[in-house]
Amino acid sequence: MNKSNTNGAARLLKKALQLREMSLILIIAIMCVVLSFTNPFFATTSNLQTVLGSVAVDGILTIGMILVMLTGGLDLSIGSVMCMGMAIAGKGIQMGLPVVVALLLGILAAAVSGLLVGLIVTRLHLSHFIVTLCFMGIARGIVYAMTSGIAISLIAQMKENPVLSYLGSGYVGGLVPMCFVVFLILAIATDIYTRKSSVMRRVYYTGSNEMAAKHSGIKTDRIKVGVCVACSVMAGIASIIYMSKYNGVTVSAGEGAEMTALSAAVIGGVSMNGGKGTIAGGLLGLLFIVLIQDAMNLFSVQAFWQDLIRYLIVLLAVILDVLQDKARKKKNS
Amino acid sequence: MEEVMRLKKISKSFGRNQVLFGVDFNLRAGEIHGIMGENGAGKSTLMNIVYGNLRPDSGEIWIDGQKVTIHEVRDAQKLGICFVQQEIALCQDAMVAENIFMSRISQGKGFNLKKMAEEARQLLEPLCHGAIDPYEIVERLPISCQQLVEIAKAISNNCKILILDEPTSSLSGSEADALHKVVQGLKEKGIGVIYITHRMSDVFEQCDRVSVLRDGNMVSTMDIKDASVQGLVNDMAGREVDILYPDKAEHISKNDEDVVLEVTNLTDAAGRFKDVSFRLYKGEILGFAGLLGAGRSEVMMGITGLRKMSGGSVIYKGQNILGKATSDIFEDGLVLLPEDRKVQGLFLDMDIEYNTSAVYLRQITKRGAIDRAAEREQAERMCNAMNVKCTGLGQIVRSLSGGNQQKVLLAKVLAKKPKVVIMDEPTRGVDVGAKAEIHRLLRQLTQEGVSVILISSELNEVIGMSDRVMMMDSTGCLVGQAEGEDINSDHIMYYISDAYKYAEVNQEVKEHE
Repeated sequence: MNKSNTNGAARLLKKALQLREMSLILIIAIMCVVLSFTNPFFATTSNLQTVLGSVAVDGILTIGMILVMLTGGLDLSIGSVMCMGMAIAGKGIQMGLPVVVALLLGILAAAVSGLLVGLIVTRLHLSHFIVTLCFMGIARGIVYAMTSGIAISLIAQMKENPVLSYLGSGYVGGLVPMCFVVFLILAIATDIYTRKSSVMRRVYYTGSNEMAAKHSGIKTDRIKVGVCVACSVMAGIASIIYMSKYNGVTVSAGEGAEMTALSAAVIGGVSMNGGKGTIAGGLLGLLFIVLIQDAMNLFSVQAFWQDLIRYLIVLLAVILDVLQDKARKKKNS
Repeated sequence: MEEVMRLKKISKSFGRNQVLFGVDFNLRAGEIHGIMGENGAGKSTLMNIVYGNLRPDSGEIWIDGQKVTIHEVRDAQKLGICFVQQEIALCQDAMVAENIFMSRISQGKGFNLKKMAEEARQLLEPLCHGAIDPYEIVERLPISCQQLVEIAKAISNNCKILILDEPTSSLSGSEADALHKVVQGLKEKGIGVIYITHRMSDVFEQCDRVSVLRDGNMVSTMDIKDASVQGLVNDMAGREVDILYPDKAEHISKNDEDVVLEVTNLTDAAGRFKDVSFRLYKGEILGFAGLLGAGRSEVMMGITGLRKMSGGSVIYKGQNILGKATSDIFEDGLVLLPEDRKVQGLFLDMDIEYNTSAVYLRQITKRGAIDRAAEREQAERMCNAMNVKCTGLGQIVRSLSGGNQQKVLLAKVLAKKPKVVIMDEPTRGVDVGAKAEIHRLLRQLTQEGVSVILISSELNEVIGMSDRVMMMDSTGCLVGQAEGEDINSDHIMYYISDAYKYAEVNQEVKEHE
């Protein structure tokens, strides 16, 4: 009995070390230690607050992206859809709608966009790539059409709504950014949901082998539409945080967010083919990217170089992933 | 006769799985040499080695008395080896002529479509008497014509050794005859032909010699005049075939109240089958016999809501289940074991536990969350019942052998005790031992009152297992049922092939006279 217990513990430890999350946590910890010793500004409160603050919006978007990726899809429209939700909510607030109604309208608009993407993908058997690429343009186009390209300033309205303002720019206990807390709660909730719920298990089955899932009686189309909607709702929630953080709506908000989310998920071990990955992993991937970004800023790496370095790292991570996968399959066959 | 090819001690393994054990083989010029063997005996692997698609782990290949090394397909083609694969491997969007002369095009020699088309026409003429236009896009041709294009492509290339891998499996009788004529013509030109087939008639009517592969060993090679059907069957199976199957049910009562499933005039929306009607009784195994592509799998997918039907009814437990969701049908105790375990059946990159719980998630879900303990318990129970050999429930299914993968699939489908099980190819690509286990399990299920519908591409399996057999012809019509003594290959083959239609036509002609 005792022996089997220690065996179990050893196995558990071995399994934990094999997890992508574990290696990412190690790398991130090492990065933090190295950065705090090599750069005096890293461990300052204001820098850490910036890091956490910038994780929040991208993090919520990444959660949505991971959900879609688990079914084997991807969503390039999240950045634009966030901006669209924000523009609608912002316009609503400007026009004097009750804040809650305006925000719900924004989320609803985002959800509808996700629903349309899901329906087109499943009914017409089109790829996520092309459909969401179009929706990326469509959502952005709606923003331009609504605002004529002019930013919406909500500074006055934010003053009237301390709660809304607190969401984006407040600090819990004067230290931790409130937006990060919102993100953290969402992240933990979705991570637990992903691991435990029967619904999410169906999502994994669908992504692992859609045909087999269908033959197991799983309504794969419904699942695929569902994650598209969930992803867009995440973008809608992110839009509230963004609006509150920047006291208004810029028409270019969320540009490039889809690439950040996608690379974070991939680094975090979420498979582009679906069926593999966790919320925690993808978000650790995001933390990794944000830290790299922060390090480059702290060491004054020119902005021109930053994209190059970042995407080289993403490419490296993907190659590593494929090699690992190949080695494992070889071992198994 | 002169020897064109000799294989010496060819061995090959994939990972830990050895598929060829020192195979010797020789081929003479101007002979047709049949190779027989069960699925997975290593026939295709051996031929892929000869053709350069795979490299042997050890062994030698001699062509025309010279030792050669074949690294890639082009080497094989230069040596005059041509291979017609079992599955069609044509560029579907290209023209017939382009496909036939693809290797010439890829070598960058002049591209003259008109000239190619003319040559293609000459090659195709003896095969199909002008029925295939060289300018036609391959995709628009029926499968049988595509097969002929494959053959034309193979022999276009200065051919000395022609390998045919089950060339007649998708051809009708007259098309097969035409093909055989072509092959005999090639033989007279001194080409050595390797003819892989499952059909005894092909072997006895076409071949000069026959070899049998079993589990990666060359068991026997003999002149056709020394061969007998029973001998070949025994060589392939390695023992008397009859022993393989458990006893049939003693008595099936066929009163109205014993009907568990009644299908009436079921018609496919896409036209693959029409007006399919049959009854399934309690505790019986109902076999479905038919040639490849007859539409049997489609019928079963229609019954379980996985395919769109345009008419008919499926009465199960007193109500029409047509149009109901697959998950509800499964939950109600009517389940389908899909045909292709890798594509439709299993989540290959997931572990055994996840796989076994996929169908009946509701069973192990409590308030929306999965009860991991219950899940593990269920996986353990099912794996024991199916006798899955694995290192643990956490083993990734991809790494299991074919037989054990199939058992996991059975575990997945049977995780809740069903009333009716539809088994589509339950033993495809499974070794003999696992096959017998699955057969026993099927019988055991019926003894517990479960009804089974069995589809198999091996007629022997249908014959050996079924209490009753529904026969489906190649147009997707049920043409009759066989019971008791009538369950034999002659009777069934007569109905599922075109034979009975010709017989009817002859009958009518006689009556007119």
